[in-house]
Amino acid sequence: MKIFKQRILLLLFLMLFWVLLTSLDRQELIAGGVIVILLTLVFFRRAAVFSDFQITLKSLIYSIAYIFVFLAALVRSNLDIAFRVLNPKLPINPGIVKVKTSLNSKTGRLILANSITLTPGTLTVETKGDYYYIHWIDVSTQDVEQASHEIVSKFEKYLEVMFG
Amino acid sequence: MAVFGGIVTLIGSVFLLLGALGIVRMPDVYNRMQAGTKATTLGTLLFLTGIAIGQIECMCIFRILILILFIIFTNPISSHALARAAHHIGIPLTDKSVTDALADDESEKEGAV
Repeated sequence: MKIFKQRILLLLFLMLFWVLLTSLDRQELIAGGVIVILLTLVFFRRAAVFSDFQITLKSLIYSIAYIFVFLAALVRSNLDIAFRVLNPKLPINPGIVKVKTSLNSKTGRLILANSITLTPGTLTVETKGDYYYIHWIDVSTQDVEQASHEIVSKFEKYLEVMFG
Repeated sequence: MAVFGGIVTLIGSVFLLLGALGIVRMPDVYNRMQAGTKATTLGTLLFLTGIAIGQIECMCIFRILILILFIIFTNPISSHALARAAHHIGIPLTDKSVTDALADDESEKEGAV
């Protein structure tokens, strides 16, 4: 059952890419579909990236909500950096802090680390086990719990539903 | 439509300019990377979106969507790899820095061995 789910997800993902690359032309769609099915049959074992994704309605809604949360954070982080750069005093207070994540899925962690890098003033430097070491441009707390709450938790609650 | 696309492209280039300015002004490699990553991601994203809007008749919006996806996924990974390597070979943080939990943990481990 798990392998079946993995195959379906890989198939949908590849097909989506093909449709985005070409347009909805019938001949191209059929040619692409055949190749996608062949690829799915050959490479499904290496496509473990998708096996963590939960296929439920709730997870789908959370995924869409996550995109907006992420985009909002991206815009905010850019404005934040822009004001810091333009300020003649250069108000930074940098340092590397340690935060803890409760996610178990590898894909979930990858997306979490990527999101942290693109959100206001934070950059993932190293991951070790359950801990991320994060370069923070404006350190407000050095406590692991509190830093986790400020940096990680807003994404974690979405990713937990999406990837379990 | 072309005007609107041009405005979006312009905003994107302003962010790219600010990113370049950030790279010049920030004091150490990690802070520079912060400015570099974030500004280039949103800058490129807006730039491409602006092109898609301005040239709406060529239907390249889907291809640009793929480009945007790849940029969102690969940009943070590359900056993470650079920051990790920089810390690994011991490039110091700026004097303004408050804390370095990673270096603390690593020296602790070495002390134990």
